[in-house]
Amino acid sequence: MSEVPIELGFASTHEWAKQDEEGLIVVGISDHAQDALGDIVYVEMPEVGQQILAGEEAGVVESVKAASDIYSPVSGTVEEVNERLDDSPETVNQDPYGDGWFFKLRANDDRELDELLDADAYKELCESEED
Amino acid sequence: MPYIPHTQSDVESMLETIGVDSVDELFDEIPAGLAEEQPGSLSAGLPELDMLQSMQERASLDEGNICFAGAGCYDHHIPAAVWDIASRGEFMTAYTPYQAEASQGTLQLIYEYQSMMTQLMGMDVSNASVYDGASGLAEAILMAVRSNKTNKSGTVLYAESLNPDYLSVVETIVSSQGIQLEAMAIGEHGTVEIADSSQPEPAAVVIQQPNFFGRLELVDEITNWAHSCGALVIAVVNPTSLGILKAPGFWGDNGVDIACGDGQPLGVPMSSGGPSFGFICCKSKYVRQIPGRVVGRTEDLDGRVGYTLTLQAREQHIRRGKATSNICTNQGLLVTAGTIYMSLMGFQGLKETAIKSHQNCNYLHSRLLQITGVEAMFGGPFFHEFAIRLPIKSADLVDAMADQGILAGVSFTKFDIWRDKYPNALLVAVTEKRTKAEMDKYVDVFTRVLAG
Repeated sequence: MSEVPIELGFASTHEWAKQDEEGLIVVGISDHAQDALGDIVYVEMPEVGQQILAGEEAGVVESVKAASDIYSPVSGTVEEVNERLDDSPETVNQDPYGDGWFFKLRANDDRELDELLDADAYKELCESEED
Repeated sequence: MPYIPHTQSDVESMLETIGVDSVDELFDEIPAGLAEEQPGSLSAGLPELDMLQSMQERASLDEGNICFAGAGCYDHHIPAAVWDIASRGEFMTAYTPYQAEASQGTLQLIYEYQSMMTQLMGMDVSNASVYDGASGLAEAILMAVRSNKTNKSGTVLYAESLNPDYLSVVETIVSSQGIQLEAMAIGEHGTVEIADSSQPEPAAVVIQQPNFFGRLELVDEITNWAHSCGALVIAVVNPTSLGILKAPGFWGDNGVDIACGDGQPLGVPMSSGGPSFGFICCKSKYVRQIPGRVVGRTEDLDGRVGYTLTLQAREQHIRRGKATSNICTNQGLLVTAGTIYMSLMGFQGLKETAIKSHQNCNYLHSRLLQITGVEAMFGGPFFHEFAIRLPIKSADLVDAMADQGILAGVSFTKFDIWRDKYPNALLVAVTEKRTKAEMDKYVDVFTRVLAG
C-alpha cells in the first residue's frame, strides 16, 4: 500500500500540495504515482514566473516507460523549481513527499487547497483505479 | 521477409473464415459519402512492362547531359562500393527499428551515421535523419522557437540568400504555428547584411553556407550578433563544403545551436530530384527538443554493447500531439548510402572532393568571365557554385546548351522570388567530376550560343 500523508491535499491526477512555512504552495507527485511510473529519468519543470491555473499542465515527468503531464493542483505564479531534480530525477521515486518536490507556487487563492482531496479520499481513488 | 501475393483462392478462403462475401464488406464502417470521395485523377494500374517503359522514358529526359546544375542537388562522384553495399537485402529491406532486439544492424548503422554527422558538423547530437534539407530546416526552426526560453516573439529571421525552395517548404510548414518569418536582405555582394537594432529581436536566425548563390557569408559575425540578441542560430550547410569550410559548431565564439541541411552530396544519386535525406544536429542542451529518431548506445543484461532508439518521449508514439514533431521515420536507405560514403571518403576524401570542386569551379568561372557580355553577379569568395549575368535570357541559354548535351546551370527564372529581378541570371555548379575537357566544351558551346 503506498504512502498517503494525512497533512497533504491531493488532486485526482495524483499530484499533492501543501502550504510551507513561507506561505508558498509546494507541489509534487504521490507515492502511488511514482510507483506506477517506474524509474524516473527526467522532469520538465515550469518556468519561474509562469502563471498556472488549477488543472493546467505545469510540466512533464518522464520515466523509462512513459511520459506523463503534471497538472498544477492550485492556481498561482511559480516562485521556485526543485533544481535537484535536473541531476537526480530519481529523488522523486525515493522521497516523493519530501526532497522530490517539483515546484512552489505563490497561490492566487489559498482556499483552493481546501478543495483538494484529503488523504482518505485520495486513498479511495487509488483503490478504485486499481480495479 | 519475402513478398508473397495472395492467390484468389487464398482470398476466398480468408473471406469465408471471416464470414463476409467480399473485401469491400470489411470496409463497410466507412460512411457511404466518404467512400465515394476518391482522389480525382488516379488512373487504373499499369501492367509491369508498360510501367517500366513509362519510367524509362521519363528517366531518359534527365540522362546524357553533362551536369553543371546545382541549387541544392549536386553531381558528385559516388564510389561503386556505396550502392554495392547499400543494395544488399539486409540494408535495402530492413524495416523500422522499434524492436531493438531484431534491429541491431540497422540501429548500429544509424548510430555510426549520427556519430559521423556530429564530427562533420562540430556539434554534440545528431538525429537519425529526416526527409530532406528543406523539411529539416522547417523542423529546426520549430525546434529553435520551442527551445528559446527567453525570447517568445515567434519571429525568425532568415537570410535572403537561403535556397528559395527551402523557404517555400518552411513557409508551408511553419505558417500555421504562429511563427513570423522575416528576411535579412542581401547586399550588392550577394551576402546578408546584419540587421539594424530597430528590428524586433528574433527567436532564431537562419543562415545558409555556402548560400544559394554559392557565396560565403560572414558566419562568425552573424552568429555572434544573433547570440548577442538572444536568438538561436540555425546553420544550413552543404556537407561537402565542410571538407574545407569551418564546421558550424565552430562559427562565432560559441558555435551555432542547430545545424541542418541536405545529405544528397554524400553518396545519394541526383535521381531527377529525390529522394534524399535531411540531417539535423544540435548542442546537447537542446537534445530533448530535437525531432526525429535518435539512436543510443547502451549495454544489455549481460554487459554486451547494444543499440536502441532513445529519448522516445519526444516522439509521436509516446506523446502524440505533444511530440516535438509529427515525423515517425527516417531516410534509412539514403542514410546507409551516406554513412558508407563518409566512411569510404573520410575527412581526407571529403577535403579532396571539396578542393577539386573548388578548383574546377574557379577555372570555369574565370574562363566564362573572359567572354564578352558575361558578368559575375556578385564579387567575393564562392564555393563550388557561382552566379553570372548574361546578355540574353538565362532560360534560353539553358535550353540551347541542353540541345548540345550540356545542362548549363539553373536559371534564376525558376524561382518566384528571383524571376523578375534577375531574368538573365544563371547559377552554375561545378563539382570534382567535371573534367577540363567538359569545362572547355561548356565554354565553347556557351560562346557559340551567345554569338547567335
